Amino acid sequence: MDGVRKLLVRHSALIGMPLLLVVFLAATVAIHPDFNSFDAQSLAMAALPLAFAAAAQAVVVISGGIDLSIGSVMAVANVLAARTMENADFGTSLLLAATILLAGAVVGAINGALVVVSRVPDVIVTLTTGFIWGGVALLILERPGGGAPDDFLALATGTFATPWLSNSLILLAVSVAVIWIPVRASKTGLRLYAIGSDRVAAFRSGVAVGPSRIVAYIVGGLFSSIGGVGLTMTTGIGSPRAGVLYTLSGLAAVVIGGVSLVGGRGGVVGPVIAAFVLTLIPSDLIFLNIDPNFGQVIQGTLIVLVVMAGGLATLARIRK
Amino acid sequence: MTAWLQRNTIAVLILLLLAFVAAVEAIKPGTINGVWLSNTLLFAAPLGILAAGQTLVMLTGGIDLSVVSVATGAAFLMTTTSLRFGDPWAVAIGLALGLIVGLVNGIGIAVLRVQPLVMTLGTGLMTQGIIIVYSQRILSTRSVVPDFIHTLGSGRLADAIPVDLFLWVPIAAVMVWGLARTGFGRLLYAVGDNREACMLAGIRVWRVLLADYAICGVLAAVAGIVLVGNTNSADLGLADTYLLPSVAAVIIGGTSIFGGRGGYAGSIVGALILTVLNGLLTLLDSPEPVKQILYGTIIFLLATAYTRLTD
Repeated sequence: MDGVRKLLVRHSALIGMPLLLVVFLAATVAIHPDFNSFDAQSLAMAALPLAFAAAAQAVVVISGGIDLSIGSVMAVANVLAARTMENADFGTSLLLAATILLAGAVVGAINGALVVVSRVPDVIVTLTTGFIWGGVALLILERPGGGAPDDFLALATGTFATPWLSNSLILLAVSVAVIWIPVRASKTGLRLYAIGSDRVAAFRSGVAVGPSRIVAYIVGGLFSSIGGVGLTMTTGIGSPRAGVLYTLSGLAAVVIGGVSLVGGRGGVVGPVIAAFVLTLIPSDLIFLNIDPNFGQVIQGTLIVLVVMAGGLATLARIRK
Repeated sequence: MTAWLQRNTIAVLILLLLAFVAAVEAIKPGTINGVWLSNTLLFAAPLGILAAGQTLVMLTGGIDLSVVSVATGAAFLMTTTSLRFGDPWAVAIGLALGLIVGLVNGIGIAVLRVQPLVMTLGTGLMTQGIIIVYSQRILSTRSVVPDFIHTLGSGRLADAIPVDLFLWVPIAAVMVWGLARTGFGRLLYAVGDNREACMLAGIRVWRVLLADYAICGVLAAVAGIVLVGNTNSADLGLADTYLLPSVAAVIIGGTSIFGGRGGYAGSIVGALILTVLNGLLTLLDSPEPVKQILYGTIIFLLATAYTRLTD
């Protein structure tokens, strides 16, 4: 019995988040009985970039850091893709996408190396690099524009087997599985959790703290760049300022998805599902004839409530 | 040498500021004159006031990411209510927004122990969302910047002294004096240095933090109002570009993000350095993206140098 309880507590986000999503989906269908495959598909497409931003932030936060440059890195990937793929064919586009993901990892490595080498707090470093990468994105593409071949866009906008299963869902699931499962299962993943939960203890147990922190930012950069390319796929264009929004929303999804900002706890799946919940809120508001901009208010309120609940739970545990 | 630098950080900062000024003069001889000085001070004031609030919360080991939304919101509320309620009430409404958001931040951080970064991120999103919804409700309302606010944000006394200095200088004086000489100022350093020790010593830490974030909120609203006096039109992206500078001015000015160390004098010089730097980059006539990249890089280098020096 105790074992079951422990398991439940340990994986509360893994069990709780899908439940929350189901509740939200049920509510959506209740409000909007005509919910059809098209709605499901547009939900999946709208959530795609945010889900990757959440995954990117989650990895960094698990390692005890924070990355406020994720949105800008996404913007760089977004405009790079739209700028270079505009007149490319499908094969070239795939190659370009791979190159951009590599660039994303490099950008992540740079962010991480700057944090480690400069010894300036990560909040400040990534706030600054976010500003710099934002400039780089504007340099690549000043105004929204560019594009990509239709068959490449279809990798996210199309559907697979049934009109209910959007390609973007498959893209998301495959990317997260291919990147996160090997990391999580390896010693690298263990090191990320170790430096997140207690950096000094990890250091004394022989973990190379600096390199491990950089690894977290590299994985983060990789996820961010996939999110950026995903943004190109779902919107069809590049926009140097579109990515910026995702820094804060991604962090919100991380907090709601059960990753402790203290580090060392949580996973990537919770934040990814939270991204879907956060995407559902504004569309539900539209169905309810409420100004969808209240979505942002609700998002902010949710962040605060979730963290407060976490704080109260900790307090209760200490008292016991 | 290093020891001297560590003891005299303000002197180093002022030297750095002079170096930037010299660079401006070197790039375009004849730029540095009374008009330039007057302009620089005029533009530095909103940033300096924003950095004042940020200094207060960073001294306690916190950070406030909602200052930008509060500044924009306060300015927007003021300009859209001035026709209906009159100018003084409009200003009061703007400031009230700052106070309310600041108090909410304070309650979350001080009483419910939410990390400042998350709490202010949340309230920042809420404020921004509410202002967007509000802006769509009042589309037909004319937005007017009250005359005296316009004078405050962009006027000059005798064609030389920026009017906003008459607000910034008193705020700066109260900040510097208050941090060094009052009990509340001492408490901020103490809480930032060691929260547990403060609680054990019988200090009601939550009251200190609550007041701290409330003041920060009000200062952010003041900064937004000065800013809109300068631009003379309130849009919803008014203070967007000020988040990084508001934090950077404090960091460059030598206040530790972990709390307990620093002061407002440094932040003032930090705000001046960033304003001169901005002018310098404008002078280079480089395209906006390049400017943004250079600005971020220089801030990063300054922050790194400072961290190395003081660690």
